[in-house]
This record gives sequence, structure tokens and C-alpha cells, in this order.
Amino acid sequence: MSELTDDMKAKIREHFGHYPTKQAITLPALHMVQDAKRCVSNKAIEEIADMLELAPSQINDTLSFYGYFRTEDAPTGEKRVWICRSLPCMLRGGEELLAELCERWGIQPGQTTADGKVTLELAECLGACDGAPCMLLGDELSLRMTADSVEEHVKG
Amino acid sequence: MTNASFEPVLLARINKPDSASLASYKADGGYAGLRKALDMTQAQVIDLVKASGLRGRGGAGFPTGMKWSFLPQNITGPIYMCINGDESEPGTFNNRILIEEDPHQVLEGIVIGCYATRATTAYFYLRYEYGHCYRTLQKAVDEMYAAGLLGKNILGSNYSLDIHLHRGACAYICGEETGLIESLEGKRAWPRIKPPFPAVEGAFRRPTVVNNVETMACVTHIVNRGAEWFQSMGIAKDPNNPRDAGSYGPKLYCISGHVNKPGLVELPLGVTARELIDKHAGGVWKGRKAKAVVPGGISMGFMSEAELDTPLDFAGPGRVGCLGLGTAAVIVIDDHTSMVDVLYNACRFFAHESCGQCTPCREGTAWSTKILERIRSGNGKLSDIDLLLEISSSIGTIPGTTICGLADGAAWPIKTAIAKFRPELEEYIRSGRKSAAPQLVGAH
Ligand SMILES: Cc1cc2nc3c(=O)[nH]c(=O)nc-3n(C[C@H](O)[C@H](O)[C@H](O)COP(=O)(O)O)c2cc1C
Ligand code: SF4
Ligand code: FES
Repeated sequence: MSELTDDMKAKIREHFGHYPTKQAITLPALHMVQDAKRCVSNKAIEEIADMLELAPSQINDTLSFYGYFRTEDAPTGEKRVWICRSLPCMLRGGEELLAELCERWGIQPGQTTADGKVTLELAECLGACDGAPCMLLGDELSLRMTADSVEEHVKG
Repeated sequence: MTNASFEPVLLARINKPDSASLASYKADGGYAGLRKALDMTQAQVIDLVKASGLRGRGGAGFPTGMKWSFLPQNITGPIYMCINGDESEPGTFNNRILIEEDPHQVLEGIVIGCYATRATTAYFYLRYEYGHCYRTLQKAVDEMYAAGLLGKNILGSNYSLDIHLHRGACAYICGEETGLIESLEGKRAWPRIKPPFPAVEGAFRRPTVVNNVETMACVTHIVNRGAEWFQSMGIAKDPNNPRDAGSYGPKLYCISGHVNKPGLVELPLGVTARELIDKHAGGVWKGRKAKAVVPGGISMGFMSEAELDTPLDFAGPGRVGCLGLGTAAVIVIDDHTSMVDVLYNACRFFAHESCGQCTPCREGTAWSTKILERIRSGNGKLSDIDLLLEISSSIGTIPGTTICGLADGAAWPIKTAIAKFRPELEEYIRSGRKSAAPQLVGAH
């Protein structure tokens, strides 16, 4: 069984004309897999490498640089919540918010709740300091968060 | 022009219904600038942008027209434009709001800039966290292709251009222009040793221009209203300093931290931090006073309360010991906050985001964080302050020990905190207090 679906393969191929090298499609391909599978498995790395005419180690080299991608031994939960702790958010309670969520969910940053529903991550400035403290859920920002409103967003 | 009579330029269309659509942009006269530019020669557009005095809004303040003219002449093969939408400098969110609210204003500037530089492909590098921006931009780009504003023979001219959106993966260093290029190429975002500069050898080893999102939005208005209009705003160049390029045009100031009304404010370059805080951000919160203010993103270091009348133009923050104007992201810190916690936060950020290529940056950012952890745990020594100073004076492109400016950005918060708040830091160390902030596991 292939890790990349036919749809993903078609989407990767759509990118071929956009760049002068196939290697440039590394990040778009990794995002497709991470989004769909919540991690990038070794098999997926090999299949991407195959399509982009690279060695799997080249894909892995890039993948491992960006903290965003998860390897197969550490997939994320169903949802992934990032709480910002850079200076503007810290000044308005970002660290306290994180500590409260750790306490409520019984996990530490980087971990997933026991029921596999939520992964809690530490973020650096999310570009929404006007709404500090803020969070990223998936790839959508939410501003002016409290522990209660984070939980509502995660449920919703 | 006084600040009181200033009419917003870049934010003029914000909060209008449907401001992101092509129809509403066109109804407000959008893409007239592009039509105008396509009737000019490429050299004329570059000369116009040069004459306006526009300087890059991404942090370094490099004159935009001059950057464009560094591209090699009479070459064959592609030239690339990379739009820097990585926006990750703590305190900065102006690109996000520009893209969410008025993407066509930015895209029009990009097409004009690409025409002027003869680029036939533009890559819009957008940080991954801006998912909403990504979808807004994709919709706007699709509308442009459908309306003949992108693709072959734009508006019936001989000029053709494609724009591709490219999403990052949550790393600050992708904002450094050569880190961005490496990341675009599918590699780890390790900044390149310069020279060669991107204008000579950039993306895919071809001549490349890298510009910020706000810079491109300014280009749209310069073509529409002219260089003289742009120069009617801001601070003129210092006639006694031949190296001063002046600070012209409108600027988006991001205000965050301990103010009553955090948000985005547009004013002519050169407003003071005090005016921004008191008049435009509702003052410091809870009736308190400011203790320190970051003038342009955490990399620029700190101003003290006494320095708040400094004009925030390209030259102002440097006169009070800061690194520069940076991204004009003003972060206000009130007098109830410990500078030890603030400095720890800054050091931790850079230790987390250093790409690790250069030993002085990788080790210096990690050790400065460890020293501040020690101070925060109540076990600091007075000699730690000199140790921090030594680290901060030996990392960066200014002392010449690193490849990119991230390390200078890591040094400046340390230098300015010690120069301006040394008695507070010493008192903290002597007291042996522990920080009241929550202990977070895996904090860096
Ligand atoms: C560590 C580091 C991070 C940077 N991050 C950004 C960024 O997020 N956005 C940006 O436009 N410029 C950033 N820059 C500046 C870019 O290298 C470059 O100067 C800029 O994109 C050029 O565009 P401009 O001339 O229009 O400002 C960064 C620089 C450094 C050293
Ligand atoms: S200065 Fe730091 S971030 Fe920049 S290239 Fe060197 S190690 Fe990487
Ligand atoms: S510091 Fe949290 S969004 Fe900028």
C-alpha cells in the first residue's frame, strides 16, 4: 500500500511546473502528508523522495530542520494547539495560559492528551500580538485567548 | 504633513465590506497603478521608486529602487522575485493584516515590481501559521488570473508573470532572505554566506529580488501618486550625513504589550514612541507607566522611558543605542514587569530560533539563555552580567563572527538591557529572588 494517495500524488505533480527544480516541492509535499496523516512516516519520505528524484535522506534533512513536521513515532493528536509565549504574549499572560492548559489537560508542551484528541505545542510569535495571548489551532489564529476559550475552540 | 492631517494610505480600505475582493478593490480604483506602470519602461519604474526614497519595510531598510537596479543587465534566463511574508519578528503583525484585509493592494505592487525587475515568476513565501492569509491570497491570485492581471500578456501588454504561493514551516530564520531562498528550494533554511547577494545569485542560482509585503504595498501607491507625494511624508534625509537615505512615506506601526489598545496604526515615518502609546494605543494599561519599550521587534533592543520621545524613523532608534527601526513593532513593558523575565524571554527566543550553523550564534544564544535561567532561579552571580555583555559584543555580523543578522538581533536586547537597566538586574541577582513566572517544561 502506498502512503501517498493518488490525490496527493496528483497534487504534487501539479507543482512540477511551478518550480525549476523538483526539490523545491519538498515543503509542499511534506505539508500534504503531515496534514492528512498527522506525521510523515518513513515510507512517505521514501515515496516523496522517489517522486522528487531525491534521496530519502535529503527529504529527512529538510523535515528534521523544521520543528513543524512530526515523524512516525510521534504523530500529533486529532487537533494541534499552539500557544504563543514570545514577549508580547508573555506580557499579557501567555505563559500563565500555557501553564493552566498543561494543568487542565495533564500534559506538558509537546505532548498529546491520553485520549489522543489534542496536542499542546509551544509557539514563538504567531504574528497576532495585537490579540495577545493568542493561539494557533491547525493553521487558523485565534486572538485574546483564555483557558476556557481555548477549550471551546478545541471542542468546536 | 502633520500627523493630525494624515490620511491612511495602506490601511485606507481596511474595515470596508468585502475589502479583499477584486471587485471592491477595482471599485476603489485598484490596478490603475499597474496599467500606468505597464505604459512606462522598466527603467522608468525603477527610477520612480528610487526617486520616492522608499526603503524596505522588512527590517533592514535597504532602498528598494537601488536593490532592483543591482540586478545584472542584459542577461538571458529567468529572474525571480521572492516576496517575504515570513513575518516572525516578535511584535510584528502588519503583513498579516495587509494580506487579510487588502491582498490586491500588495499583489498589484508585486506585479509592478516584477515588471520593473523583469521577473517572470514570483514566489510568495508565507509563514505556515498564516492559514487565513494563505486562503485569502490564493483566492485573490485566482481572481487575478481570471481577470487577465496575471498569466500571459497582462492587460494586453507583452509582459507575462506567474505568482506561486509557497508556505513555510514555522521557523523564524526563513525570514532572513537567503534562509528564505534555501527553504524555498526545499532545503533547511540555512542562510547563505554573502556575497554573492541574491540580486546576482539567489533562488535556483538565478538573479533574485527579495522584498517585504509592506514594501510592495508602498510600490502600488508610489506608482499611483508619484514620488513627490511619497516624499511629502516622513523625515527628510540629513543634509550633513551623505549616508542617510531619509525616512519617507507612511509606515505601519504594530503596538503590543502593556497598552490599553494594542493594534496596527499607520502614520508618517518618524512618529515618537510616546505619541504612539499615548495618542494611538490608549496609554499604558492599568494606569501604570512604561518601563521599557521595544522600538521595532525584539531584535532591536530596548528604549528606556526617558527615551520615548525618540522619533521612530530609520535613524531614530539607533541614536539611543537600539539596533534600528527594524519592523516598527513597538512593544510596551510596564513598570511592574521584571527586566530579568523580559530579557530571558528574548534570549530564549533566539536560542530557539538560531539555525545553528555558526558556533558563536548557536552557543552564544544558548549560553545567554542558561545564564538568565540561573539568574531567574535565584542563583545568579554579579559577574553574570559581564559574561552576558561579552557574549553580546562577540556575536553577529557587526563584530563579523556570524553569517546572518539573527545573532545581532540576539545581542541587542542583552546590550541595551544591561546599558539601561543594570541597577535593576544587579539588585535582582543580589536579592537571590526566584522568578514568579510559571516554570514551563521544554521551554526551549
Ligand atoms: C533573522 C532575520 C529574520 C528576518 N525576518 C524577516 C521577515 O520575517 N520578513 C521580512 O520581510 N524580512 C525579514 N528579514 C529581512 C530580510 O532578510 C530582507 O532584508 C527583507 O526581506 C528585504 O525586503 P525589504 O527590502 O522589502 O525590506 C529578516 C532578517 C533577519 C536577519
Ligand atoms: S547567525 Fe545564527 S541564525 Fe544566522 S546563520 Fe549563523 S547560526 Fe544561523
Ligand atoms: S508574541 Fe504572541 S503573537 Fe506575537
